Formats: sequence, C-alpha cells, structure tokens
Amino acid sequence: MAIISNAVTIADAGAFSASLGSLVHIKTITSNGSQTTMNLVHGSGGIVFDGTYSVYRFDWVDCHPSATDPSFEFQVGPASNTSYNQAIVSTFFQTQKMEDGTGAQDGLGYLASYDQVGTGYQKLNGNIKNDNDGATTGSLFIFNPNSTTYVKHFMAQAISMENANPRVVTNPWIGGYVNVTAALRTISFRFSSGELDAATIKMYGIKSS
Amino acid sequence: MGVISNGTTLLDAGALDSGVPTGKLTLIKTLTASSSSTLSFIDGAASVVLDDTYGVYIIKFINVHPQTNDTQFGMQFNAAGAADFNETITNTIFKSRQEEDASPAELALDVGGVLSQGTGLCKISHPVGNLANEALSGHVTLYNPSSTTFLKNFISVVNHSYPSATADVDANGQTMNIFTNGYINTASAIDEVKFQFVSGNIESGTIQLFGLGASA
Repeated sequence: MAIISNAVTIADAGAFSASLGSLVHIKTITSNGSQTTMNLVHGSGGIVFDGTYSVYRFDWVDCHPSATDPSFEFQVGPASNTSYNQAIVSTFFQTQKMEDGTGAQDGLGYLASYDQVGTGYQKLNGNIKNDNDGATTGSLFIFNPNSTTYVKHFMAQAISMENANPRVVTNPWIGGYVNVTAALRTISFRFSSGELDAATIKMYGIKSS
Repeated sequence: MGVISNGTTLLDAGALDSGVPTGKLTLIKTLTASSSSTLSFIDGAASVVLDDTYGVYIIKFINVHPQTNDTQFGMQFNAAGAADFNETITNTIFKSRQEEDASPAELALDVGGVLSQGTGLCKISHPVGNLANEALSGHVTLYNPSSTTFLKNFISVVNHSYPSATADVDANGQTMNIFTNGYINTASAIDEVKFQFVSGNIESGTIQLFGLGASA
C-alpha cells in the first residue's frame, strides 16, 4: 500500500520516497569490555560495506584502553581476507597542548613513527592514557571501497589525552590509501596492546543517489 | 491526507512533518565526469540548490581521475549574477605526504600555490597522477555561501596519488594529504562553483553536492 499525501507519494513498495537524509547509519558496535578487536564485516549482522555507498564514515566514540598508553588503529580486508594486512601508504601529523600550559610539549609536527608504508594496522591515535577519564574519539572516511580500479583513499582525525605528566591533548590527522585495487569488505579496529575496555564504533554510509 | 500516530503528525500536505528526524545531510546533486573539462554546480540549474536553503554545503570528490598526468585540481566560484569564475580568494595550503618507499615523509606549508587576493583557480591538490589506479578523493566544506554580509570561508581536505614513474618527480608513488583553507573575499552571495584540473580534462570521477542542516 502506498502512502500518498496531497498527491505526493511518501512511501510505496516497502520504501520511503521522501528523503530521509543522505547520511545513513549502518551499524553501531560496542565492546563487551574484553575484546581485543572490533570488526565490521560486510554481510554480517546487517553490515553493508560494498558499493551501496560511495563514501563510508566511521566514528569511534570514547574508546578506552586497558593498557597504559597504546595506539588506536585500523586495518581492512577484501572479502576473501580477514587477516587485516592490506598494503597501506599513509601520512600522520598532530597538534598537541599540555595541560599545565607551559608549552613543554606544545606543537605541530609530522610523526614518521606513526605513518606507514606496510601492511600493519594503521595508527589513528597514539599514547592514549588509560586514566578513568581517558579515551580516544574520532572519525574516519573511506572513499569508494568497492572500486576494483583505484586505490582506496582514506582520511581521519582523532582527539585524545596522551600519556604524559602533565597530560597532553593530542589531535592527530591521518591521510593515505590502501594500495590495492581489490574491493574492500571488512574493517578492523583495535588498540596496539591490551583490550578495548569500553568502546563504541558507529558506521555510516553516505548516499550516492 | 495526513498520517497521525499517537497524536503526533508524521506527514501531511505532501511532505514529512518537520518534526520527523530525517538526518541533516541531504544529497543535492551528483555529477559524473566523462572527459569533462569542468564540472559545475549552478544554483537553479539541473536541480542544483546552492543558496540559503542550507547553511553549510559539503562537496565530495570520489576517485577524480585526470586525463593528463601531473596536474593540479582546483575550484573557483561565481557570485550571483557573475559568470566568469574569477572571485577574489585568499587561502592557505599545507600538505602531509609519504612516498611509497617511505622517503620522504613530511608536513609542510605550501606557499607556492596559494592565492593572495587572487582570482585564478584555487588549487586544492598537488599534481595528481593518472596511472590506472591513481585518483583524488576528499571533500570541501563551504560555509554560508548565501551571506550578503560576510566573506565565505571554506575548508578542503583531499587525499590523492602523486604522479609516479614520471621524469620530473620521484620514481615512486606518494600519498598526498592536502589541506586548503581560505575565504572568498566577497560579501555577495555565492551561487556557483566549478572544478577542473589545471590542464586536461577530468577523465572520470564523481563529485557530489550535499546540504547540511538548516538554513543559515
């Protein structure tokens, strides 16, 4: 049955005709407190990670590590590979400000130890202090992961409290590409050591039409 | 006919009620390049809205691929009533880059390609490679283009492949993360934007215009 109002079809054939917005929430996953990875796999648990959307957005919210000062990081895989070891070329820089205002660790700089030309997990945020109120939050965009022609560009930014004394606010910016032409179907998030004591990851698709 | 549930109007008069959450990001128009010299969003043409309907506009680039190797991607604007895409712009550019052989990697201000009250193409990338798997992706955010009081701020972040295996650059490919921020120095409303490479056509790629949130 269609719903027609003032001669305008609002819904029909099981779908809305009216615009419901172009940022579509796909999935929210929450750590059970002892997970070492949090993965989003196309076709599992209602997850869509294919050509349905041309841009995907991932927001990680208050991801709190069990370890003292690990990095938060991600990797991806095509359908046939959940080993999360794709070739990545990336850049990484960050701004910092120390809580005591002394300027001792203030700055803007490139971090050659956090960028990558390799197949490891890509760092999104480093030295995250696991104080009770410490966590990392940020956003990652992946462009056209379904392409079988182009490398897969990604861009991210994050914010956290770094393990220093006094503590430091850290704002990383990451850009790069997954240097494969195979379509991507899976993505994995983790801390470089320890567990995800608490973590929420939200996945969105941005409509193409 | 209206649809009312538990006292709440969900739709009426041919539209969802304004109280129904529909998300605040609205796809306005998708352009697909096919050896196109430029791609433009013109308010009022081809269903494009670029006015005070939205306070913020986001334009996304998805695998924009140049016909010519080693050429920069850029944008320009028109104020309402203008047609020459030569608005006055002042902007900054900085880059974060990494070569596929891991050297060099750097963060640096780019002073060579910026506009200082310039009216030319505002470049938002370094030269882009055109090997089969090379392209540019990213987004530019344009704030309150319909203002007739303030200049128009914009922030652009793109990632692209730097040309590889060419005579004038490194033999290895690079990832280039380019940040271009600035303002269109006019108090007139902006209602047109175009994108192009400095040389050659946009061989392929998608550019999408979104509106964000309510009117300004």
